[in-house]
Amino acid sequence: MLRLVSKRILGAASREVPAPALQVLPRFYHERVVDHYDNPRNVGSFDKNDPTVGTGLVGAPACGDVMKLQIRVDEKTGKIVDACFKTFGCGSAIASSSVATEWVKGKQMEEVLSIKNTEIAKHLSLPPVKLHCSMLAEDAIKAAVKDYEAKRAKSTSTEATSEEKAATA
Amino acid sequence: MTSKLIASGLRQQLTKFAHQFRRQHLSTAAAAATAAAEPQHHEDSTGITMKGVKISGRPLYLDVQATSPVDPRVLDAMLPYNMSRFGNPHSRTHMYGWESDLAVENARAQVASLIGASPKEIVFTSGATESNNISVKGVMHFYKDKKRHVITTQTEHKCVLDSCRHLQQEGFDVTYLPVGSDGIIDLEKLRSAIRPDTGLVSVMAVNNEIGVVQPVEEIGKICKEFNVPFHTDAAQALGKIPVDVEKWNVSLMSLSGHKIYGPKGVGALYLRRRPRIRVEPQMNGGGQERGIRSGTVPTPLVVGMGAACELAMKEMDYDHKRISALQERLLNGIREKLEGVVVNGSMERRYTGNLNLSFAYVEGESLLMGLKEVAVSSGSACTSASLEPSYVLRALGVDEDMAHTSIRFGIGRFTTEAEIDRAVELTVHQVQKLREMSPLYEMVKEGVNIKDIQWAQH
Repeated sequence: MLRLVSKRILGAASREVPAPALQVLPRFYHERVVDHYDNPRNVGSFDKNDPTVGTGLVGAPACGDVMKLQIRVDEKTGKIVDACFKTFGCGSAIASSSVATEWVKGKQMEEVLSIKNTEIAKHLSLPPVKLHCSMLAEDAIKAAVKDYEAKRAKSTSTEATSEEKAATA
Repeated sequence: MTSKLIASGLRQQLTKFAHQFRRQHLSTAAAAATAAAEPQHHEDSTGITMKGVKISGRPLYLDVQATSPVDPRVLDAMLPYNMSRFGNPHSRTHMYGWESDLAVENARAQVASLIGASPKEIVFTSGATESNNISVKGVMHFYKDKKRHVITTQTEHKCVLDSCRHLQQEGFDVTYLPVGSDGIIDLEKLRSAIRPDTGLVSVMAVNNEIGVVQPVEEIGKICKEFNVPFHTDAAQALGKIPVDVEKWNVSLMSLSGHKIYGPKGVGALYLRRRPRIRVEPQMNGGGQERGIRSGTVPTPLVVGMGAACELAMKEMDYDHKRISALQERLLNGIREKLEGVVVNGSMERRYTGNLNLSFAYVEGESLLMGLKEVAVSSGSACTSASLEPSYVLRALGVDEDMAHTSIRFGIGRFTTEAEIDRAVELTVHQVQKLREMSPLYEMVKEGVNIKDIQWAQH
């Protein structure tokens, strides 16, 4: 009983400690964001019509953010061998898409679908107002993978019909 | 035994409090301020690092619309009133008060002569924001029985728009006039908007974001015709373009000290005496400044503003010629190397020291991040707290994707040619680098029309 009382007193006492004056965190760029901006990795374009390339184009100029992420996939293994991006957006958007291209390289397509925007945001220490940039990067990855799958589905169906034609010929 | 435990526990907690409190009361207030304020700032021989950005020295200042450096001559005029002639100008009983009062009256005359008014018509305030508040709310509250309508524009400064919104909440009607794509209001629309119960027309003389000059003389004529008081926010216009309260037929004018190379924290309000315009004071107290604005008049600041006005009167022509030449240099330098550069706002009716440019296919905040060696400002969404682009650019009807790309260059009395050249060099380099990274630029080069694309928004 006494122990409970003592705990409560100590608990109450600690609660009374005024929280150190909540510092409104000055908006600043994390070093990593600045680094990705100054030395962007994987900026570029692949040929859109190449069957091994998936292109994800997300965002809208009206919102101030447009990201294009392209992946080149090895057909046999389903592994992403190369990725590149182009972004119209603020420094955090550029950094988020740059990080996204770095992380998808060398991974399986199914694996990259599990990359979450919160991971990107944490890696870059994005402030809350910039979280939508990392969301867009996650969407871009998913869109690129979806585009590649759609291309593959279309090409296998055309292959099937041409094989049938060859068989019947 | 348990009581001893409780006691020791409490003692631990209390010492923790004491440590924290002690930490708060550092040996000097200055030490505490620097410890709390800029944890990420350190200077070393290779440059300055602040907010995660490293630059090799202090940036070039091209943001004169935000604020201006104090002219050394103004500072000279202010200094004695801080240390030796520090009296309160309202102290009537001793020399400290008398000499301070003399200095204030002298400054009042200097401000008045710059705008063509009488010193009796100038009231000193804490800045143009306060002057705007007194003008908009003070006038309408005074005449609230007969007049219930206010006319203003969509591109006014936030303090005017917010005061109008406050009036709307109190039950007044407000008309926000639209502007054309060049930023100038349509005089016919103004004429048709005036009602019998219109108590105030408020149109700023020079816009702070885009630099366009409104046709204040014509607006003054219309207001005189309908006998409506005309208020103009001349914070950006003072000392830069010729200001004459008689020609403009203004009843109220807001002025700011720190836009004309004077100190921050001081401004003035011009109130016409013939015909007299009455306002309800927003600051109540001892009735200083003719009862319009109570509070001790800050002698050093007011003397600074007066000195700044006198200098502006002498140097306005010279500054204007110099700044126009620099503006041309900046614009031509950028246009030579880059295409897709749009000037926001009318080129003809503009104050030359303000150049607001939009660079197509490049986003404003990312450009600013690359231009860290040049201090400029942007109208892009990312630099404001919300995701909305600047309301002024939207009022101009700028396409949303272009509104995200604007940069405002401000040229002032102390800007040099070398600074302009370097700014051009840096801007061109960054824009080219960002265009390489931009999918929109790529699409345009391939011949795709961006406006046709269906964007997947989220």
